[in-house]
Amino acid sequence: MGAEVVIEGLTKSFGKQAIWRDVTLNLPPGEVSVMLGPSGTGKSVFLKSMIGLLKPDKGKCEINGTDIVRCSERKLYETRKLFGVLFQDGALFGSMNLYDNVAFPLREHTKKSETEVRRIVLEKLELTGLSGAEDKLPGEISGGMRKRAGLARALVLDPEIILCDEPDSGLDPVRTAYLSQLLIDLNAQIDATILIVTHNINLARTVPDNIGMLFRKELVMFGPREVLLTSDEPVVEQFLNGRRLGPIGMSEEKDSAQMALEQEQADAGHHDGSTEDVRGIVPQLQPTPGLPERQGAIRRKDRVVQVLHTLPEPAREGIIASLTPEERRHYGIPEPAVTAGGRTQVHGNLPAGDVADLPGSPAWPSGEQSAPTQPLRPRRGGA
Amino acid sequence: MSSRPATVPGLGMLRETGKLFALGLDIARGLFQRPFQLREFIQQAWFIASVTILPTALVAIPFGAIISLQFGSLASQLGAESYTGAGSVLATVQQAAPLVTALLVAGAGGSAICADIGARTIREEIDAMEVLGVSAVQRLIVPRVLACMLVAVLLNGMVSVIGVLGGYFFNVVLQGGTPGAYLASFSALAQLPDLWVGEIKALIFGFLAAVVASYRGLNPPPGPKGVGDAVNQSVVITFLLLFVVNVVVTLIYLQLVPPKLG
Ligand SMILES: Nc1ncnc2c1ncn2[C@@H]1O[C@H](COP(=O)(O)OP(=O)(O)OP(=O)(O)O)[C@@H](O)[C@H]1O
Ligand SMILES: [Mg+2]
Repeated sequence: MGAEVVIEGLTKSFGKQAIWRDVTLNLPPGEVSVMLGPSGTGKSVFLKSMIGLLKPDKGKCEINGTDIVRCSERKLYETRKLFGVLFQDGALFGSMNLYDNVAFPLREHTKKSETEVRRIVLEKLELTGLSGAEDKLPGEISGGMRKRAGLARALVLDPEIILCDEPDSGLDPVRTAYLSQLLIDLNAQIDATILIVTHNINLARTVPDNIGMLFRKELVMFGPREVLLTSDEPVVEQFLNGRRLGPIGMSEEKDSAQMALEQEQADAGHHDGSTEDVRGIVPQLQPTPGLPERQGAIRRKDRVVQVLHTLPEPAREGIIASLTPEERRHYGIPEPAVTAGGRTQVHGNLPAGDVADLPGSPAWPSGEQSAPTQPLRPRRGGA
Repeated sequence: MSSRPATVPGLGMLRETGKLFALGLDIARGLFQRPFQLREFIQQAWFIASVTILPTALVAIPFGAIISLQFGSLASQLGAESYTGAGSVLATVQQAAPLVTALLVAGAGGSAICADIGARTIREEIDAMEVLGVSAVQRLIVPRVLACMLVAVLLNGMVSVIGVLGGYFFNVVLQGGTPGAYLASFSALAQLPDLWVGEIKALIFGFLAAVVASYRGLNPPPGPKGVGDAVNQSVVITFLLLFVVNVVVTLIYLQLVPPKLG
């Protein structure tokens, strides 16, 4: 089982510049979590604090019970062996070719024979689609390849915790989709706890069990995916939709004058930058058929059902709808009132009359297009 | 800026110095940790030697020459020609050779180390290594420091020889000194500890140059200019440090080791 990470009251600043304060969250063992946040909110700093590369000012970060903020150096190196970390730029060793890069952790920490090392390295390179590039130096390959090689290196020791800093940046959409699948499959196979930092909304909606968001020097939210995906917190909504309209500005925070101006422009029909309405819960990515079921996902069900009554209404409905009828019986949860074609009804229990009012269809469309109704706020300009 | 709480001036410098010492201690401890990175050590020693040998040799000849010429003309004015050999050889072996070595090890070897480590730092290679549970100090810095020390000692020997030969040549051939007097005065005044102190100085200078270079490389100022600035600063800081340390070591030596002709 993956390691459990308990973070309490973590605070970090560089000199006078506060990065984030009082971050408290819990990465349950074997689950996949995503950390969102606008550029520059300190997501990379957060990951580095988790592995003890940066020293937080306050708080604790316990990995399997070891507080890495305060433990001895020897203990820290010991604990780090549980981690597989993918840095934002891959962080490959520039003087070694890809093969040696990926083999490095094996040669340092295991007594495996060179044939064994070779087998594992080639397997991981194949997994990340880099077969044939073993002899290349990091300077000779593309950014996306460096990233994948970094991931291969992070995976060779079968880590209990995998941290990925923007695994998708520099990758094309197809590779990103493969990468998402790869992470989920890995999780099913080795049951590692995974934390992904990303800007990719699609990945954030489909991959994780839990989502968190950093904004304005704080952890705005952290919880089961259903909670964030259905949240009406303005920051979360704006971020998930990639709109200009909302509290996030070009330089992180927006003043109210700017906000009013943008609202005015949008009301007058100016495009607000988003493409489609992407709120709501979408089905989670599943491991490739043939792989074992994700143990983390099973544990998560128990965990989430226990706190079900504390969650907001839309999230609760989403979770209930994602359970199979047997599971609902098992947990003693009544059948949900409205479900449409297996997809979740995320906008609350509309009276039957209102649903019937929607032009065309009684249910929400199941494709990727937005609802044919007038959107709640202008999203597509005056069209 | 006015609302900043007052800070004690010089505190920042004191803090940096403290961190430098901490790194020095880490390195000293790393010297005894196994496994020793032999490959890295040999590669680095070879690399540092290859960038320093030629410039050192080229600097050593004129250095030996000026000392010898200066000393020769001074000694002849005082009527002490017979001591020219001893004077210029001692000056070369004890002072000129370690300093020439230090300047070149810091200027050529140290700057290369600093640039290399600095580039690795900003590319997050150092972080990656730490995260993989490998100490960057033990793995990268210790072999470099040892290589620097070894090369400094060897270079010092080389500079001494070249400097002394150069001095001999200039004194005997150009200033018309007598070879016999040159050698006789040399063996009358010089003693073995004079050579040792030169080598010990070189060893210390090599250590300092490598530690300062590694420190600046591991903590470059932020931004794209960072590594360049770090290299620049490391060379300047090393020079300053070396001259101070040189004075201290020389004073201690003169106190501890009695001169041959009491
Ligand atoms: N070593 C450092 N020293 C000083 N400030 C730093 C350091 N590292 C990061 N910062 C500051 O911390 C803030 C957060 O940086 P970070 O790299 O974590 O952002 P991020 O959320 O990862 O952004 P992105 O999504 O663009 O990668 C930035 O304002 C940056 O200037
Ligand atoms: Mg980042």
